[in-house]
Amino acid sequence: MVSLVINGTKHEVDVESDTPLLWVLRDNLGLTGTKYGCGIAVCGSCTVHLDGKPIRSCITPVSAAANKQVTTIEGLSPDSSHPVQQAWVSEEVPQCGFCQSGQIMTAAALLANNARPSDGDIDEAMSGNLCRCGTYQRVRRAIKRAAQNMQEG
Amino acid sequence: MGTLTKLNRREFLKVSAAAGGGLLIGLYLPGCDRRGAESDVGATGTDSSHPAAKVNEASFEPNAWIRIGSDDSVTIVVGSSEMGQGVMTSIPMLVAEELDADWDLVRAEFAPAAKAFTNPIIGQQLTGGSTAIRGFWDICRKAGATGRDMLVAAAAKQWGVEPDTCRTERNTVIHPKSGRKLRYGALADAAAQQPVPQNVFLKEPDEFRIIGKPEPRLDTPLKVNGEAIFGQDVTRPGMLHAAVARCPVFGGKLKSHDDSAAKKVKGVRHVVAIDGGVAVVADTFWAAKKGRDALKIDWDFGPNAKLDDKAIFDQFKQAVDSGADAHKAGDAESALGKAAKKLEAVFEVPYLAHGCMEPMNCTADVRADGCHVWAPTQAQTKTQQTAKKITGLPVEKIKVHTTFLGGGFGRRSEVDFVADAVQLSKAVGKPVKVIWTREDTTQHDFYRPATYNRLAAGLDENGNLVAWQHKIAGPSIMSRVFPNAVKNGIDSTSVEGAANLPYAVPNLHVTYAMVNPGVPVGFWRSVGSSQNAFITECFFDEVAHAAGKDPYELRRSMLKDKPHHLKVLELAASKAGWGKSLPSGHYHGIAVAEAFKSYCAQVAEVSIERGKVRVHRVVCAIDCGTAVNPNTIEAQMESAIVYGLTAALKGEINIKDGRVQQSNFNDYQLLRIDEMPEVEVHIVKSSDHPTGIGEPGTPPIAPAVANAVFAATGKPIRKLPIKI
Repeated sequence: MVSLVINGTKHEVDVESDTPLLWVLRDNLGLTGTKYGCGIAVCGSCTVHLDGKPIRSCITPVSAAANKQVTTIEGLSPDSSHPVQQAWVSEEVPQCGFCQSGQIMTAAALLANNARPSDGDIDEAMSGNLCRCGTYQRVRRAIKRAAQNMQEG
Repeated sequence: MGTLTKLNRREFLKVSAAAGGGLLIGLYLPGCDRRGAESDVGATGTDSSHPAAKVNEASFEPNAWIRIGSDDSVTIVVGSSEMGQGVMTSIPMLVAEELDADWDLVRAEFAPAAKAFTNPIIGQQLTGGSTAIRGFWDICRKAGATGRDMLVAAAAKQWGVEPDTCRTERNTVIHPKSGRKLRYGALADAAAQQPVPQNVFLKEPDEFRIIGKPEPRLDTPLKVNGEAIFGQDVTRPGMLHAAVARCPVFGGKLKSHDDSAAKKVKGVRHVVAIDGGVAVVADTFWAAKKGRDALKIDWDFGPNAKLDDKAIFDQFKQAVDSGADAHKAGDAESALGKAAKKLEAVFEVPYLAHGCMEPMNCTADVRADGCHVWAPTQAQTKTQQTAKKITGLPVEKIKVHTTFLGGGFGRRSEVDFVADAVQLSKAVGKPVKVIWTREDTTQHDFYRPATYNRLAAGLDENGNLVAWQHKIAGPSIMSRVFPNAVKNGIDSTSVEGAANLPYAVPNLHVTYAMVNPGVPVGFWRSVGSSQNAFITECFFDEVAHAAGKDPYELRRSMLKDKPHHLKVLELAASKAGWGKSLPSGHYHGIAVAEAFKSYCAQVAEVSIERGKVRVHRVVCAIDCGTAVNPNTIEAQMESAIVYGLTAALKGEINIKDGRVQQSNFNDYQLLRIDEMPEVEVHIVKSSDHPTGIGEPGTPPIAPAVANAVFAATGKPIRKLPIKI
């Protein structure tokens, strides 16, 4: 049994302690917004926050998340009202959308620590998140818009 | 006023009342099943007199395109797959335009596999070849116009006025003279009782109020909060999860396997040998994968056990001079013999994987009396046929549920992952979701063909290009996928972008030698043009260089009778500032290509930084006929450019010992955000029939970048990926 706090809710899950957090979220808890893309932490589709920091859930054993705050895309906001989500809608970022949960979680973590990221900051923070549809230009724009909205809001 | 369009008599338009109220409109095209589509698919139809026409548990009729609810909702059922290209928004825009629907009330739904959604260009329900808008342009608008007419007829009858004294606007029929208004929702039931019109008016372009507007995508809200369900996310009650061990060598077979260790893994339920390999079925994917990794398998590697890149390219080289004619005009050989200057070059491109972000997967539930398949598929007809073949069930018992696709790019027009899931569910008697690992997905793809190309060009004493010879050797996609499409040794997809060289060259000879070394090949975004545009447009720059001419000006001079090419070329060049000064160390490259009936030109601004190519800016001009949704067109250009840029700078699948050397995104790298150029898109204003959008942006980028590198270094690029 592993005790987890996911999006503010406690869960006890009966899994092997080396099971990646990703598969516990998806198969045991039904939180499928977090995606499996590569399994080796090189694509970023599985990004969630662990105590506010972006991590790759595909290589994080569930035991490492025990009793810590895990936030997934489903828990970023109750109604898609997080400034990053709103900016993503305004800039029409997603195409196929598969990588976007990870992009949004990484961007949200970036803005939580850096209210006014430069182009270089954005590139550095986001370069671990692959998008095969090539939405990068809109990702950049959306992050800047979210940063601006957060300052004004 | 619009254009009166007679509904083709072969089009079989059916309208019925929806159970629980409302209007259903289906447009069924009996003439479409040229290839593959089973005649009994969706045969229950929407005939309201037929008992099966009552709305079933799936909540809509198989042939229904439009559902107008008593609550004023407008649901447009989309038979094309949403893989990022925005079809789930642009198809509804076509219907809503002629229906005069209130766009704010329009929602989109995925269609089942049904004959009504047969792509008229392909003859199957298949999303590919950039054909969705091109193929459904007329059908969707006619369906919308029919609905509008019947709603008007219902209102006119109620008011006792002539229908042509009424007009429509945003889900409302209006009788201007009396000021009366009725909402579509209130009219839907009565509209269903009206006779189906024989002719409908379609709007003129200047009457459009939805088409041509950059509408936000209908699926965006679902894609920012994790709600969108991709194939990977499908969950069914009692579902098991599977991972499959596949023979690493193409064409190999299973000899024997030992599953004793696999079965000891907690959660593993079954180990089953299927066509795809040996599958481990478990309570969770992680257990299935652990079980799979514990299998001991003895494979018969078969005839490709020693195949490698060198052997493959040796086969190409041997065959390249003995190809069949794909295009012959004048006498290129003799003109080359007489040319004042002759250029020769060899171009090579590697195999490429698709790299969809969502690994291959499928879920199936096979029961004695029916089968459900949930698939991120581009190919509903093939999915249904595959399940039919495996289960032996009649086709109407096989329900295909298309999910969102985490990228398609042609890979999901294949059905190997469908076969896995259906075989496994049938074997274990439970719903099964099979997920391929990233490694499986990279190493068991249907690759973009590698090719070997020998080119020659002849210039006369004035530096005019008078002869062009292009010999292609490589594998054929169509010989496997649509064998009947291969004519006289020519696979049209192998020579597209080469045989239709747009330049006015008096002596042109393009040949193709089919060589299938055993590596599976398939459709990869923009198919043959993805590589042939690179080869032809780069060789053209070599010609310009040899003739001492500006590559843009030489193109212009040789495209005088190609107005579409010329227009996008000039637009891209002027917006990019071709010929004007650039920052020090920056160079421009230009390329133009026709693909999927659209015309696209791009100018890339490139520098070489520490031995690496850096692309700063790409200016793109696209002529795709009527621009249905400029928002998604722009996005598709950005996307196609990134896709092609990855191929130009990084993409390479290598074969050794009959197997793919790359496995994951660490060794099959994709472009990342820090390498993303600024992309600027210009759409040519046009009222022509719309043409392709998903693919045409890919072909010009590799040659535009390679030509800029040539300009920077003076050394021609003849091989992808580009290496300095």
